[in-house]
Amino acid sequence: MKQVYFDNAATTPMAPEVVEKMTEEMSHNFGNASSTHSFGRKARMTLDQSRQIIADSINANEDEIIFTSGGTESDNTAIMQTAIARKKLGKHIITTAIEHPAVLKTLAYLETLGYEVTYLPVDKNGLIDLDEFKAALRDDTILVTIMMGNNEVGSHMPIHEIGEILKDHQAWFHTDAVQTYGLLDIDVKRDHIDMLSTSAHKLNGPKFLGFLYKRDGVNFPSFLRGGEQEDKRRAGTENVPGIAGFAKAVSLLTPEVKTGMQKKYMGFKQQIIKGLNDADIDFEINGSLDPNNLQHVFNLWIKGVSTYVMQTNLDLNGIAISGGSACTAGSLEPSHVLIAMFGKDSPRISESIRISFGKYNTSDDVDYLVSNLVQIIQRLKSKETVK
Amino acid sequence: MTDNSKTRVVVGMSGGVDSSVVAYLLKQQGYDVVGVFMKNWDDTDENGFCTATEDYKDVAKVASKIGIPYYSVNFEKEYWDRVFTYFLDEYKKGRTPNPDVICNNEIKFKAFLDYAISLGADYVATGHYAKLKRDAQGNQHLLRSEDMNKDQTYFLNQLTHKQLDHVMFPLGGMVKAKVRKIAEKAGLAVANKKDSVGICFIGEKNFKEFLGNYLPAKAGKMMTIDGEVKGDHAGLMYYTIGQRRGLGIGGGSQNNDPWFVIGKDLKKNILYVGQGYHNEHLYADRLVASDLHFVNDISDRGDSFRCTAKFRYRAMDVDVTVHFNADRTQMTVDFDDPARAITPGQAVVLYDGEECLGGGIIDAAYSKDRELQYI
Repeated sequence: MKQVYFDNAATTPMAPEVVEKMTEEMSHNFGNASSTHSFGRKARMTLDQSRQIIADSINANEDEIIFTSGGTESDNTAIMQTAIARKKLGKHIITTAIEHPAVLKTLAYLETLGYEVTYLPVDKNGLIDLDEFKAALRDDTILVTIMMGNNEVGSHMPIHEIGEILKDHQAWFHTDAVQTYGLLDIDVKRDHIDMLSTSAHKLNGPKFLGFLYKRDGVNFPSFLRGGEQEDKRRAGTENVPGIAGFAKAVSLLTPEVKTGMQKKYMGFKQQIIKGLNDADIDFEINGSLDPNNLQHVFNLWIKGVSTYVMQTNLDLNGIAISGGSACTAGSLEPSHVLIAMFGKDSPRISESIRISFGKYNTSDDVDYLVSNLVQIIQRLKSKETVK
Repeated sequence: MTDNSKTRVVVGMSGGVDSSVVAYLLKQQGYDVVGVFMKNWDDTDENGFCTATEDYKDVAKVASKIGIPYYSVNFEKEYWDRVFTYFLDEYKKGRTPNPDVICNNEIKFKAFLDYAISLGADYVATGHYAKLKRDAQGNQHLLRSEDMNKDQTYFLNQLTHKQLDHVMFPLGGMVKAKVRKIAEKAGLAVANKKDSVGICFIGEKNFKEFLGNYLPAKAGKMMTIDGEVKGDHAGLMYYTIGQRRGLGIGGGSQNNDPWFVIGKDLKKNILYVGQGYHNEHLYADRLVASDLHFVNDISDRGDSFRCTAKFRYRAMDVDVTVHFNADRTQMTVDFDDPARAITPGQAVVLYDGEECLGGGIIDAAYSKDRELQYI
């Protein structure tokens, strides 16, 4: 059976160049980067070079990059350690209602420790209102954590404007850039970002790896205690082959490549819209088609067709899309993002799917998706039920 | 061998040995098999432990081993609205419902069947012990299973032949021991998992405590038919007809026979008790049932006919004569021999030899035209 992958916001296939680089490093460069012998020095050199490539990609200095196990650890570190380090300055934190659980659950935990969190609502396009943000800001706000782009509906938050507002405020500005790093142009200096989280496997790199950018001057102790790796900012032996692969993945994503991907994905969206319209399918986009939003995320409300049924049918035909995050028994949790955008009683909560594009998707893949979507929806609409 | 690869069968997989073997056998026979786990109830406790999560892990293990895709579907809302609400309503009326009968009719062979069809399924298969047979007209008939000890037609009695049109019961012709052997031989992780017991949402929890969480219990007097007070009861809903345990009365009176629940007066909130397993108030020779469902149209049998009946799961069949009322919404069932502890809320299921004809829900029991139990 033909298999097509449209769940790139969940994870991406590794680039062949990355596999090659990592295989090379794993085969010939196994040293511990902290060791003071030739094996260690060789690993250290790879680590340093990789760090430089990654720092350059967001206009940071190499000593501002801390490698972590991924987006979740980066988010946890930024939020927990800021809260602890700055509690004398205040206990108020601002975020949005549609952050990733790595952010929301960390904040919920801080609330149990006496911190106060303001959750900014979002509009039907998944965006916050800057005036509401300004109104929420207080003298005792110590941290603002707002995602750069949303993983479910692709809304692109006004990061630059938030950075400008916070430039002269004590609050540190953290952004979860897991969905945007590798796709959008990121410049931490231009946007006055203090901390930024990323993950390697969303951009054709290896899993269980990411980094936290922490601006010079933002100081807190290591989240993981132990050895003195990463300049004492993250204990644990560095995954040098993985980091080399991460740097390789980043270096493949030149500005030209990124612009090309953005254009390609916008074309895919138009292709899907046309295909569904031609077949008279009743659907709406959750979020907006604004080209400034994340081009790779496309969330559709297919009216009258349950998410479960759609996702399972597509999977049985070899097509991977997302119906939301799975809860423990394998059922789907209602999306907190769609609830924040449309209210908990909206039929969109149980009738939406997320299609997310990646570097290796082709227009033929999209045709295959559209023809399957149409065929499944038409069959369901005409289906006879028992009794 | 016929090519089954174009026939999609959705197997309702519970994580138990029976449905695992069903999936395995159908896959061996070349069907396009899809495993689906149904989550009908959330029992997550304060430690985050949830039976469904554990069971779903077993489904995943088995399905991966067999090489079939697997999914989960959530019917908690449907189950609550159509089964649990009914279950509580029946208890409020002082009756003893059988939620598994309703679950089969409303969830497994309705909501789940519809869901499977929406996945392009030609059939749904489950691990029920029952047989199906198509007659010359193409209508499905429901028959008792080979393993008499496991026969589950009692719980399936409310299904219609239309529902059964899309159903397979691959274990109907097998005994349980063989099913376990197949699981073992196939290396299925659940080969030695113990069978689930009790009503699915209660499991092995304390029933009294469970029910008390949903319905207010009203304590009252426990007395004999003659009005002699024997003690207090904790709430009528906690007792079922013929029950012995939990009454807290010793022998006494005329003899040392144990005490049993023989009736309930809902209005006066009285629990009637009587001595002896064979207490005369526990024996009925007639019942009236409504909410009738038959697998196939049985009007050709006339307004009254002879057959056998079961009044509870695993009980022996009793020879009976069935009489319908004029609009066939109710039936009176006369027993050749008196039967013990006929319980309102339970199903009465009719059989003609090996065939399960269907049945209804018991409303009242009578002995020599006198209504028993006072419910």
